[in-house]
Amino acid sequence: MKTPEEIYELLKKEFGEAILTLDKALPVEPIVLVDPLQIHKVALFLRDNEELKFDSLMCLSGVDDANGERVKDEDGTESIKGGTLSVYYHLYSIPLKHKITLKVSTSRENPEVESVESVWKTADWHEREAFDLIGIRFLHHPDLRRILMPYDWEAGHPLRKDYKNPEFYQGMKVPY
Amino acid sequence: MGLLDKEFSEDNIVIAKVEDLMNWARLSSIWQLGFGLACCAIEMMATSASHYDFDRFGVMPRNTPRQADAIIISGTVTLKMALRIKRLYEQMPDPKYIISMGSCSNCGGPYWEHGYHVLKGVDRVIPVDVYVPGCPPRPEALLEGLLKLQEKIRNESLRKKSA
Repeated sequence: MKTPEEIYELLKKEFGEAILTLDKALPVEPIVLVDPLQIHKVALFLRDNEELKFDSLMCLSGVDDANGERVKDEDGTESIKGGTLSVYYHLYSIPLKHKITLKVSTSRENPEVESVESVWKTADWHEREAFDLIGIRFLHHPDLRRILMPYDWEAGHPLRKDYKNPEFYQGMKVPY
Repeated sequence: MGLLDKEFSEDNIVIAKVEDLMNWARLSSIWQLGFGLACCAIEMMATSASHYDFDRFGVMPRNTPRQADAIIISGTVTLKMALRIKRLYEQMPDPKYIISMGSCSNCGGPYWEHGYHVLKGVDRVIPVDVYVPGCPPRPEALLEGLLKLQEKIRNESLRKKSA
């Protein structure tokens, strides 16, 4: 069993630049920030290292940080320019009984994160959900399609903070 | 003593309006399309089970739209599902009836404001005959809805409507 600090030190030694910081400021468990384009390597190391053995991805969540600039659109609604989208990974080691949270942040305009589907199969649907609802593109995901919304949903990604519902979908009125 | 126990001694004639006979036959053997969406579907299944026994009204689940008279829309209709519901409804033969069961199906339910994925009432895609309120409605409420539908069928007319 290892503490988040020990896990962070191990990762920092192995990957250096790809591991950004350890965030302990939040009133939750410590979070290791990782480079979005290196996450799959880090994930593989976390899974296969004998001292870590993170065999379970408990949860993968996409988040719209909404920390960009709020711009008024012509129709009076707000949209967000700039800022970041994030993905959180909650890992647990069943044999060693320790856990860690990883976070990657990517730009809102071009959100690209490496897929960890090849490391934990459970990430397949989780990443599709994050893609569907937040709009994060997972590079090298084998089947990145919408999973909850209809395949021909053209109005964007509903869990973005500046999402606007369309008036109609396939001839059906959407708002109440 | 029931009518059939009397044993007609000679050939007999029963006089009734065709309309009444047809309507009575139809309302007494409603085959509903076996179709459930969300929590309401659990209540619908409970209504069919022995405790509430939908069968005693002649209601029987039929797992093909082509031989079903009624469809109970029981639960949350997402936009993705709405298109499938519409297709199922179109595959049913006429005359066909729709019971909308529960708040979600009636008007979007708790998703009416922020539910970007929910159809705000199934009547936006198919015509509803009876609305059953509740979230989810108890089996008694669905039974009442069925009795309302039977009442509606009983009062139907085969005559051409004159202008």
